[in-house]
Amino acid sequence: MSKLISDKTKAVFLGPLSKNNPITVQVLGICSALAVTAKLEPALVMGLSVTIIVAFSNVIISLLRNTIPNRIRIIVQLVVVAALVTIVSEILKAFAYDVSVQLSVYIGLIITNCILMGRLEAFAMGNKPWESFVDGLGNGFGYAWILVVVAFFRELFGSGSLFGFQVIPQALYDAGYVNNGLMILPPMALILVACIIWVHRSRNKELQEK
Amino acid sequence: MENLASIFVKSIFVDNMIFAFFLGMCSYLAVSKNVKTSMGLGIAVIFVLVITLPVNYLLENYVLKEGALQWLSPSLKTMDLSYLAFILFIAVIAAMTQLVEMVVEKFTPSLYASLGIFLPLIAVNCAIMGGSLFMQQRAFNNVAEATSYALGSGVGWLLAIVGLAAIREKMEYSDVPAPLRGLGITFITVALMGIAFMSFSGLKI
Repeated sequence: MSKLISDKTKAVFLGPLSKNNPITVQVLGICSALAVTAKLEPALVMGLSVTIIVAFSNVIISLLRNTIPNRIRIIVQLVVVAALVTIVSEILKAFAYDVSVQLSVYIGLIITNCILMGRLEAFAMGNKPWESFVDGLGNGFGYAWILVVVAFFRELFGSGSLFGFQVIPQALYDAGYVNNGLMILPPMALILVACIIWVHRSRNKELQEK
Repeated sequence: MENLASIFVKSIFVDNMIFAFFLGMCSYLAVSKNVKTSMGLGIAVIFVLVITLPVNYLLENYVLKEGALQWLSPSLKTMDLSYLAFILFIAVIAAMTQLVEMVVEKFTPSLYASLGIFLPLIAVNCAIMGGSLFMQQRAFNNVAEATSYALGSGVGWLLAIVGLAAIREKMEYSDVPAPLRGLGITFITVALMGIAFMSFSGLKI
């Protein structure tokens, strides 16, 4: 077991959670990150789906890495990812239909999520399956926590609820409190991510540009 | 005809790929540093969208949809292959970008010199895949409508990226707080552009 969780593996897992976060530092996978975060539930499901798909496609590509001809590797990667996404999408349709309707096309768009291609190209093509799996998990969680944080604020201030349950008390509404409708609209997601980047980079000075 | 124009204008302004659905965001943020390159990428996106979307439309309606294979034999009436949509769409997109790259390289080297580097990037651009998936969701009546949607979405994307690039070029001279520099301020700019674009919602022709 001690061999499994070596220092390198730990670094591979923890890196993407903060210093090398896929969204705020590598700028990958922004599309879906912004679109599904109006509510907490779809954001959580999306984060989990992406984590599972990144981890397993990393393992599969890592196992195949010595047999894939270099010239067609993009297509091979796309097919592996598309197969996994199809499985996840069918499972969601069967067991969580409401969420899959809310996520609509964005589940299919995991295929073209840059995190996947980025990790496959940068990591899985040159590393062993176990490390690739851990790298996939790390990047998936790094992606998921940003999604959950953005969705938390958008749902709390936009609809006054969390996971669909009302948290802001009715008395406050009676006293004249109004939900911020702007929070539900797409541009607000961008501003919230910008705020996360702001906080993150002012705490990690080495990440600042220029 | 009226319908086509309405789909075209709506997909540029109201359902803008970037501001309403955040599609193709990765390359949008990465390549929008100057107007000239972003123009190149924008044109490449229009190009690929207009070619792949009608192909995927035909695929959807004559192969994948429930009962779509009826033209082969009536016994296939209940056949539903829609679970294959993701794999087939992405295969078409990857193959088409490759094909377009080869054709452009052969016949118009000058266009290839300016578009060439972007074409492989585009295979994994969410805007292209997103276009196909939205087409599937919206169930257009015929190929012409799908093509008009593709053209509109592409033009909307071009408009968005060229606009952002122009703003970013000017922003080089401004004094932005250090942690926001680069990525952070770009996000806020896009958000403000998005709010401006929201004034088009409800636009009808």
